[in-house]
Amino acid sequence: MSLLEVDDLAVHFGGVKAVDGVSFSVEEGEVFAIIGPNGAGKSTIFNLISRIYQPTHGTIRFDGQDITALKAHDIARLGIARTFQNIELFDHSTVLDNLLMGRHTHRATNFVQDILHLPSVRREERAHRRHVEEVIEFLELEAYREKRIEGLPYGVRKVIEIGRALAIGPRLILLDEPASGLSVEETQDVAFWIEDMRRDMGLTVLMVEHDMGLVAQVSDRVLAVANGRPLALGTAAEVQADRHVQAAYLGSPEAAA
Amino acid sequence: MPMAAHLMEVLQLLIGGLANGCIYGLVALGFVLIYKASEGVNFAQGDMMMLGAFIALGLGNEGQLGLSFWLAVPLAIALMFGIGWTVERVVVRQLFGQPQFALVILTIAMGFVFRFIAGSIWGYSPLVLETPFAGVNLSLGGVVISLADLIAIVVTLVLTVALWAFFAFTKVGLAAQASSQNQMASYIVGVPVMKINALTWGLSGAVATVAGVLYATRGAIDPNIGLLGIKAFAAAVIGGLGSLPGALLGGLLIGIIEPIAGRYAPGELAIMSPYILMLVVLVTRPGGLFAQIHMKKV
Amino acid sequence: MRVVFKKSYDRDIDLHEHWLDRAKIAVLLAVMAALPFLVGNYYLAEAANTLIWALAGMGLMIAVGHTGQVSLGHAAFLAIGAYTDAGLMNAGMPFWIAFPVAGLAAGLFGAVIAIPAVRLSGIYLAIATLAVFVIVEELIIMLEPITGGVGGTMAPSISLMGISFDRYGALANFYWLVLGIVALVTWGYANLMRSPTGRSFLAVRDSEVSARSLGINVTRTKALAFGLSAGVTGLGGALMGHYIGFFNYELFSIFISINLLLVVTIGGLGFIQGAFLGAILITGMPQVIAILRDTVNASTGIDLASLPGIDTMMFSVLLIGFILFEPTGLYGRWLKIRTWFEIFPLARRDMFRRHKTYLKTERMR
Repeated sequence: MSLLEVDDLAVHFGGVKAVDGVSFSVEEGEVFAIIGPNGAGKSTIFNLISRIYQPTHGTIRFDGQDITALKAHDIARLGIARTFQNIELFDHSTVLDNLLMGRHTHRATNFVQDILHLPSVRREERAHRRHVEEVIEFLELEAYREKRIEGLPYGVRKVIEIGRALAIGPRLILLDEPASGLSVEETQDVAFWIEDMRRDMGLTVLMVEHDMGLVAQVSDRVLAVANGRPLALGTAAEVQADRHVQAAYLGSPEAAA
Repeated sequence: MPMAAHLMEVLQLLIGGLANGCIYGLVALGFVLIYKASEGVNFAQGDMMMLGAFIALGLGNEGQLGLSFWLAVPLAIALMFGIGWTVERVVVRQLFGQPQFALVILTIAMGFVFRFIAGSIWGYSPLVLETPFAGVNLSLGGVVISLADLIAIVVTLVLTVALWAFFAFTKVGLAAQASSQNQMASYIVGVPVMKINALTWGLSGAVATVAGVLYATRGAIDPNIGLLGIKAFAAAVIGGLGSLPGALLGGLLIGIIEPIAGRYAPGELAIMSPYILMLVVLVTRPGGLFAQIHMKKV
Repeated sequence: MRVVFKKSYDRDIDLHEHWLDRAKIAVLLAVMAALPFLVGNYYLAEAANTLIWALAGMGLMIAVGHTGQVSLGHAAFLAIGAYTDAGLMNAGMPFWIAFPVAGLAAGLFGAVIAIPAVRLSGIYLAIATLAVFVIVEELIIMLEPITGGVGGTMAPSISLMGISFDRYGALANFYWLVLGIVALVTWGYANLMRSPTGRSFLAVRDSEVSARSLGINVTRTKALAFGLSAGVTGLGGALMGHYIGFFNYELFSIFISINLLLVVTIGGLGFIQGAFLGAILITGMPQVIAILRDTVNASTGIDLASLPGIDTMMFSVLLIGFILFEPTGLYGRWLKIRTWFEIFPLARRDMFRRHKTYLKTERMR
């Protein structure tokens, strides 16, 4: 059984078919990339999986469980974390607090205990902090721990978003264009981290990415989509060589066919 | 009471309510204008209406400047256009790029300043605007309509259509809509975002004056009539902030529901009725009757 | 510049990083507790009033400052707190039952209206709260048997275990009671903000969509925040009732809502300290204005008292000034000054530059 199974997924906004009959499955421990031209429906697929959009039809299964009817806030508890294409961090909080917010699904205290700051709250807090420190160490964010998000450079914010997703302690992480806007060196870092996530943390990675270099370097399988429809599925080299994919990127008349 | 007399009474209430509703609708139009152009909310709209009415009174009334009514009103409209424009240039513009909430507080405070200015010049006791059509009534088959009510209804309809056409068809109107949806992008493609904001503030000042004058033709005014703005706000929300016909419809609904509730329910309930209506609309259709809010894109 | 050497995570979990901060709070509390021995009855009553406003302000701060829910109707919760407390005490309940129940009633009412209201964002919520306020005001008039209607009702004198805490008869005791309650609530609020609950409030404020992706139930979080906010403001209302003594619905006008908003904005949105600074300003301003008015009258002969509404006018101008020039409020200004001294002479002008966000609407038409 695959970890994530997407079956005949479709979503229509009015007359626009943003995603139209996409099926794929992601195996446990795999790095799976979705590529495609702008407006192909890649981020929409992410938004469907993380339950921000309601699919018109089709199902999404995670670890055998149908998650199509769940609410957006139920997804993290199952172990699915995500990042956003246009960074969605909590700008007025520190890096540390942003990462601690990622521990929300693991909280065991209620608000009354929190207000009274019972010993259990402190105990929990220490545990969360230890976990978050591991993430900080992994992503080398030590220098920014106490800094507020607003004012941090773009590349650092991008990394913090990955950190916040990791703080959830997920089984599947969805990375929405992790390398967009990053320098060559920063993109290399992201490639290493993705490798480590898979190898050391045993994570499954599903990512949307434009940088074919990064995709080829880290991903096991690649799905190409265009106009909301799947074009090709295979290794990075196979997909890149596919006639339909090339047509979709170059915009030749064949793409419409 | 005989059936027919009862019907007449209700009809009479409806017409009065309709005229009232037109004034709510006009103030609501002022909100919507600014909201449409800058997604800002002007909580001083009611007070701008009040100020407009007082300026017309100051220009037109015997014992004040004593100009002819037909001169005083256009002058007041022009003056309030200037005041709205200036307020945007001098104060509101400073908040460009700040959260929406800042403008809410700023305009609430500005409302108090307007009220103070009007109170200092014209005092706090009710005054009556002298109009050529005061006390003129038309009788239509047993239903008595005051000319003031009729004028309020007609002027409002004409103004709403004109403003709607302005936004739908003119270049400036379209640019205003664009700038409200993405300020940065509009700026980049050459929409003069700042100028358009100033223009809409001026326009909403002018519309507020029309509403104020219509209000004053139907009763006495004092510096606290601006509180009517809250009701007008409810009207704008019922219609769906950002929709001009919606604002008018919301105003009319509130205008009609008030006298009807007053006729059949205790007084407190009548006062509550516009707000209850608004809450019901918000709960059932969070974006208002003509909803324009959709999900945020990520 | 003070460097804190941290040897344990507990240092970050503690309310204060440094023992000096803790010492400052202790000194402040000691001075506040000693106030009845230091000042006369007039100023003591004013101090109690300021504390009550700070309490109500803290309530609103939870909603506006920490969860980003603007409320223009918090006077309604003040009223619910005041009437519940007075009503229960008039029915024979002791203060120690009536007071918490008053907070609970306001809080529950807040949470209940918040559940539909939280689906509304920003401006819609503000308007909805305004509507709720008007409805509550009219309900107070309608429910005459309980509230005394237009005539008003009286908050009975407080006594606990045989000791009188009467607002007039035993002002010092009343002041200490208020101080104790305010200190307790402040402590609870500070605890909340360092806990997962407080963090989820901030998360919802700054980005709803990513809060959801982290597993935060936005609706429940907002309703909880609004309920807590209403509850704390309700407690403030109960004390306000005792402070005023005899009151009717007019005590809780729309202007009180706006004054509360003033407290949190001028004080500094998103800071507990802001509620206190704002409360000091709003209760101190009328005194300053009165003194100014007398001075102007004595020196120039111009009688400003002949201009009614000058107080509100000055408040408004002050508010406009803050919104335009110091949107972070008094506390934000103080932080800037402190930082400037701490890192002297390394401060740069751009350090405190405001970040601008440009409007991108969620409307499609």
